[in-house]
Amino acid sequence: MKNLIAVLTIAIALSSCGSNSSDTVSLVAAGATFPLPFYNLAIKNYSNSTGTQLTYGGIGSGGGIRSLRDKVVDFGATDAYLNTEQEENMPAELIHIPTCIGAVVIAYSLPGIEDLKLSNENLQDIFMGKITNWNDAKIKASNPGVILPDLDVTVVHRSDGSGTTYIFSDFMSKVSAEWDREVGRGKSLKWPVGLGAKGNPGVAGTIKQTAGAVGYIGSEFAFTQKIPVAQVENSAGNYVMPSLASISAAAKGDIPENTKVMLTCSSDPEAYPISGFTWLILYKDQAYDNRSEAQARETVKFISWIIEKDAQALAQQVNYAPLPGKTVAQARELLGSVVYKGQALNQ
Amino acid sequence: MNPTKIVLFLASLVVILITAGMVYSLTSGAIPVFREFGLGFITSAEWDPTEGREVYGALPFIAGTLLTSLIAIVLCFPLAFSTSLFIGEYYRDTKIASIAGTMVDMLAGIPSIVYGLWGFYVLRPLIVSFGWSAQGFSIFTAGVILAIMIIPYATSITTEIIKMVSNDLKEAAYSLGATRREVIFNVIIPNARSGIFTSFVLAFGRALGETMAVTMLIGNSNVIPKGIFQSGNTMASVIANQFGEADGLKLSALVAIGLLLFVITGIINGIGKLIIKKYSV
Repeated sequence: MKNLIAVLTIAIALSSCGSNSSDTVSLVAAGATFPLPFYNLAIKNYSNSTGTQLTYGGIGSGGGIRSLRDKVVDFGATDAYLNTEQEENMPAELIHIPTCIGAVVIAYSLPGIEDLKLSNENLQDIFMGKITNWNDAKIKASNPGVILPDLDVTVVHRSDGSGTTYIFSDFMSKVSAEWDREVGRGKSLKWPVGLGAKGNPGVAGTIKQTAGAVGYIGSEFAFTQKIPVAQVENSAGNYVMPSLASISAAAKGDIPENTKVMLTCSSDPEAYPISGFTWLILYKDQAYDNRSEAQARETVKFISWIIEKDAQALAQQVNYAPLPGKTVAQARELLGSVVYKGQALNQ
Repeated sequence: MNPTKIVLFLASLVVILITAGMVYSLTSGAIPVFREFGLGFITSAEWDPTEGREVYGALPFIAGTLLTSLIAIVLCFPLAFSTSLFIGEYYRDTKIASIAGTMVDMLAGIPSIVYGLWGFYVLRPLIVSFGWSAQGFSIFTAGVILAIMIIPYATSITTEIIKMVSNDLKEAAYSLGATRREVIFNVIIPNARSGIFTSFVLAFGRALGETMAVTMLIGNSNVIPKGIFQSGNTMASVIANQFGEADGLKLSALVAIGLLLFVITGIINGIGKLIIKKYSV
């Protein structure tokens, strides 16, 4: 039944796409919605220049993992890397290829206030419901000289499961022991307070419409929509404004060989602390389920392209931070390990 | 068997098979969560999807669904019933009745998301300005939007039922000197009551399953609402929200909520049928 659900979800997600012609290879992928604007743009450019048909269904990271497990897509996409248990549930060994870096920003709606700093303790107290008014002494302490209004705090969070929530809760769990104990990390959480809204547009819309609201949204959405966001305290104790440069700086530290790492709380003093990779996932051995060699080759060719300079420039156009050179080299190395009947596909 | 009979038989068989197939897949998908939590899944108010300490209880959503639908049907009844009398009896076959009838039918054709947007930008600020709720996201807001959404269903069927009451009966009552009000209360309503009741049962069923507009207005907090001006969540809404990223036990919990919604709708239709049987003339 799960198989059927996955097929149906993808069928719905892709229903707007045209039919495949038989003489060219066509690829199907599905997964995370967070990098969707980047993938859409990248795929459009790639298809125009190579003629390869590629369709991507933004059905969520969970759906992407399910689809790859059920082998209904050529590759999947996810915002949270698979844990050991999830990897064991997959039918074969897979690899994670990071494609860009995104961040989660703290958006707020406070009339007349254009510059807001939030310490890690402020974030913990706000999102756990301990600070209920914006004129709380603890927020004032982080914002000397700013006159904060006597206004109720309304927390807005995602109502749908999301990689954005995962990155945010991972950061919160690292900076607050209490959060880690009471709430923890996950794509959806048991929220102590607040209202849920669907997707980045839902959260952003609710915040905009409600004076005193605060919530977290994907950086690419906030940058595109020019939503006011708060400066957040990083590991070095600096207040950092999220920007493509400060987000990219989060990946400057050591990255493990398989690139499976959360970039939250980077040690870099310039880094914006709530950042994270988003990955494409594919099977290491591409010869499965009667896949043709051409199909496997095209899969690897596209993924090799998306980590390189041309595609990374496209990522910045739609407000994602590019991969640092060191990470690109690691991703190349990983792609070199993909084989078809024992032969490496990416030389 | 003649060909007509065969076609009819096959068509009905397909409907039965589809329903049976749905019940089967919902049930088999729901088994893991019931094996894990037993009946506690229905009676527990705890919903914690965090990995490693997953607990799933559907009570907040059952409560949210029933509360919003009850508010909807209570608000819908006076409006829909009066409109039906207006169109089907008082101003029957006049131009204004046909305009009103067309408007009601048009309401039924508006997509759910449009109701949601209207609710978000118009109804919600109105609730805030009354001071009933600080942000306007509440069980009550969702109930009001549901009421507006189900009015056309209740109204069109009730209108048809009222029109169907035999003229002979009504004329007989008038000839005995009954006033219009007396005719309505003593002839039309007693004759049409089972049909009217059916139309409101259908409207209630529609309110139970409505998703998109509710999601946008209910606040989506997965707890039992403490009052009708507090935020909550409904069964359909939590499925729509959480399905995309769900896996394993959580996916099973969402399928189980779908099964419960199916069962609740079935129970309500069953009760409706019993009452109709008892009161039909």
